[in-house]
Amino acid sequence: MKYETVIGLEVHAELATNTKIYCSCANQFGGDTNTRCCPVCIGLPGTLPVLNRRVVDFAIKAGLSMHCDIASVCKQDRKNYFYPDLPKAYQISQFDLPLCYDGYVEIDTEEETKKIGITRIHIEEDAGKLLHAEGANFSLVDYNRGGVPLIEIVSEPDMRSPEEAMLFLESIKSILQAIGVSDCKMQEGSLRCDINVSVRPFGQKDFGVRTECKNVNSFRAAVRAIRYERDRQIALLEAGETVEQETRRWDDAKGMSFLMRSKEEAQDYRYFPEPDLMPIHIDAAWIEKMQNELPELPQDKKRRYMTSFDLPQYDASLLSASKGLSTIFEEAVQSGAKPKTASNWLLGEISKIVNERVIDATEIPFDGKALAELISLIESGTISGTIAKQVLPKMFDKSQSAKEIVEAEGLAQISDEGAIIDLIKEVLSNNAPAVADYHAGKDRAIGFLTGQIMRASKGKANPAVIQTKLREVLNEMKA
Amino acid sequence: MDSLCKMTAHALSEKIKKREISATELTKAHLAHIEEIEPNVNSFITVTSETALEMANAVDKKIANGEALSSLAGIPMAIKDNISTDGIKTTCASKMLQNYVPPFDATVVDKLRQADCVFIGKANMDEFAMGSSTENSYFKKTKNPRNTDCIPGGSSGGSAAAVAANESVFALGSDTGGSIRQPAAMCGVVGMKPTYGLVSRYGLIAFASSLDQIGPLTKDVRDCATVLEVIAGKDDKDSTSLSCENTNFLGALNEDCKGMRIGLPQEYLEGGIDAPIKEAVLNAAKAYEKMGAEIVDVSLPMLSHALETYYMISSAEASSNLARYDGVRYGFRAENCNNLEELFLKTRSEGFGDEVKRRIMLGTFVLSSGYYDAYYKKAQKARTLICRDFSSAFENCDTILTPTSPCTAWKFGEKSEDPLQMYLADICTVSVNIAGLPALSLPCGVDTNGLPIGIQLIGDTMHDCDVLHAAYALEQSNTFLPIGGAGA
Repeated sequence: MKYETVIGLEVHAELATNTKIYCSCANQFGGDTNTRCCPVCIGLPGTLPVLNRRVVDFAIKAGLSMHCDIASVCKQDRKNYFYPDLPKAYQISQFDLPLCYDGYVEIDTEEETKKIGITRIHIEEDAGKLLHAEGANFSLVDYNRGGVPLIEIVSEPDMRSPEEAMLFLESIKSILQAIGVSDCKMQEGSLRCDINVSVRPFGQKDFGVRTECKNVNSFRAAVRAIRYERDRQIALLEAGETVEQETRRWDDAKGMSFLMRSKEEAQDYRYFPEPDLMPIHIDAAWIEKMQNELPELPQDKKRRYMTSFDLPQYDASLLSASKGLSTIFEEAVQSGAKPKTASNWLLGEISKIVNERVIDATEIPFDGKALAELISLIESGTISGTIAKQVLPKMFDKSQSAKEIVEAEGLAQISDEGAIIDLIKEVLSNNAPAVADYHAGKDRAIGFLTGQIMRASKGKANPAVIQTKLREVLNEMKA
Repeated sequence: MDSLCKMTAHALSEKIKKREISATELTKAHLAHIEEIEPNVNSFITVTSETALEMANAVDKKIANGEALSSLAGIPMAIKDNISTDGIKTTCASKMLQNYVPPFDATVVDKLRQADCVFIGKANMDEFAMGSSTENSYFKKTKNPRNTDCIPGGSSGGSAAAVAANESVFALGSDTGGSIRQPAAMCGVVGMKPTYGLVSRYGLIAFASSLDQIGPLTKDVRDCATVLEVIAGKDDKDSTSLSCENTNFLGALNEDCKGMRIGLPQEYLEGGIDAPIKEAVLNAAKAYEKMGAEIVDVSLPMLSHALETYYMISSAEASSNLARYDGVRYGFRAENCNNLEELFLKTRSEGFGDEVKRRIMLGTFVLSSGYYDAYYKKAQKARTLICRDFSSAFENCDTILTPTSPCTAWKFGEKSEDPLQMYLADICTVSVNIAGLPALSLPCGVDTNGLPIGIQLIGDTMHDCDVLHAAYALEQSNTFLPIGGAGA
């Protein structure tokens, strides 16, 4: 029996406001424990929440950029449960009247551009963080994160594979980064996701039983967790058993999920409207103002890159999805670089280094002008492509430009014919067997000799000049 | 007892400004009086003698420097122990917070500090403001200064007793279902709950968020208006606080009643109200008529659903507001807890008294899945109807006149066996909180046992001035004998 996987995601993104959602503590990652708290976000008796208007601004922007309807009136609700990281023993969230609803996000699969529905986006406050010391009989809690504003983005169960889920997450990340609403750094916890998975035989209309999986801390973990859950459910069904509705916890190190809560143990949050806060009224003027502040969205940028710069969809897709890469790209083109060349460098060597160093593309320390300069050095023959690949990492480490690095380290290409001929003659004299091979008709020797010449010149010899001159010299020798 | 202690704030303020007495003298007189009678009244959980003398001293320095002073400068006042005072223990009369010291002032406390009041102590109350007799305090029982065998009312029993016994010139209390008005009536002092939102709740340790308000307990209506002027005002820290156009409460004090329409709702005088109280209300009505006011019959039929509506909404909100007391960050923490669940269960079982636990359980039930619609949501709908009742009534009158309490102060232990009996004591006051209206209890004589009777004046939302006006007029008409013999 062939099964179809049905996936829905709940994504929590920390908003990049200056202050927390209900108090004026700074909203920043890190810091000494319990230094960014106040009576309100620690929930001291007698304190009251006051809504930070910027949070609503950001939520509206997120909603608009995901084609959602924006509620004209909404409210906040208390979600009640006991846990040490939740100071008031309730989280202020939104229950039945979310700020945004009925939207969608586009993903580019191999086959098509697909719409993934967004059921709702709502605002809520984050909890603190528990720290469990290894082997200790106590835990510590840090409330710096308590009260940080979150939006929860709930998707429709429209994804059909772990790959689609990954694309969805990347899409959300690129949109939120583009509109400046969240920095989406999963390693800092500013983007978190819970996965909902069910399976059903192909062709069946009804959905199968859905399980929820929490503690998924990276996009790749999401893919792994979805695959595991799909396989687990299919195995159960094939064995004639049923899938239970449960909440599970993903353990990435072990590559497995474990039961957290069964359906019977599901918590009753006793939601009721937050009596300490007034309803939120959003009028057309507010929505229009937010709409006007929105920058170009990734999908629109992608389309523009394809038409204006003649980039293939693959390139346009990847560049437009990354705030860091697209900024450098456009700057480089403005400074004279050919679009496809700039794209190749960004998606190739530069992305390689970014991934190796586990940084975000927004953290690349040089701009598009610098990239354009590097490219022009290659095109003018000052350096070879190989040398350029050596210069690039140095541009990450030093604050020098490509030109400065080439000069300082004497990396300029040797293009002088005379110098190259001298090099060729030296190499040929040290490689008599290869010369003999060539004269005997083995053209392969050219490649070997070229390599030797490049080595002898420490990569600086201009390959084009080698090409012409090597055969000339060899043929002269024969003659 | 120093006759100074019997005086009103406005009279004392005159003396201070005229330099007939110093603030320090006044505070010392009150502290001496407290020392003398407190063991027989128990108004206070904490008497803040040192702080009081420091504050009084600071006022005297200002006077010496010729600085302009507020109308409450140097006046000793008590603060109910659920209102946060920076650096001063704030216990809510509970084991859960027995050693809790807030690191900040409630907004009203800050305002009174700015007005140079003198904080003489934190007043006793029912635990977490849940009760009508102050018998639910973890620490002690406050006695009614008019008759020490009797309860002072609750939950602001300590505040009312302190004023009635002249231990403080005025006090702050909190009112969720009558907790200022009812003890004021029981002890024979003035007590007012302002319009919901008029006074900031920031720093008031929450019981029921949509019902709680802080208000004054005073010796007369003028003092009440004076205190209200200082503590009222929109607060950015409280999202439910309102801007009021007319905060000239002292300006509203006027003996002229011509054109005033006083509404008399029959439902509030039917069965269950003791005869002397009914009589006092009707006498008040007659007095208003004599002064030129018109008595209008109004109907408030939703009164029959007010108690259930109140107990459901207040308990639901309380169950959520009191969930933060889990032993993790501050307050009481049970010992010998082996895991998280034990920490929560033991701390809350040991830290809370019976009435608090009763209401938390009721509130949790009312909000729980499967019951929310039938109870909490239904109660909120009933709330809307109660509001409409009052709106209709106020189309035909300016102020509504009712009893404050169905009975005068009862003896200790008389009602504490049956919680429902205790709840019935709130019947006249709860609908006011449900509708968010301003209301004041005015002493109107005593019953045959010498126990004080209070009548209640209810105004339309934001019409606190009308309430004070009506109260002042009745008070000044001398219709009722003043309540004397307070304290020693």
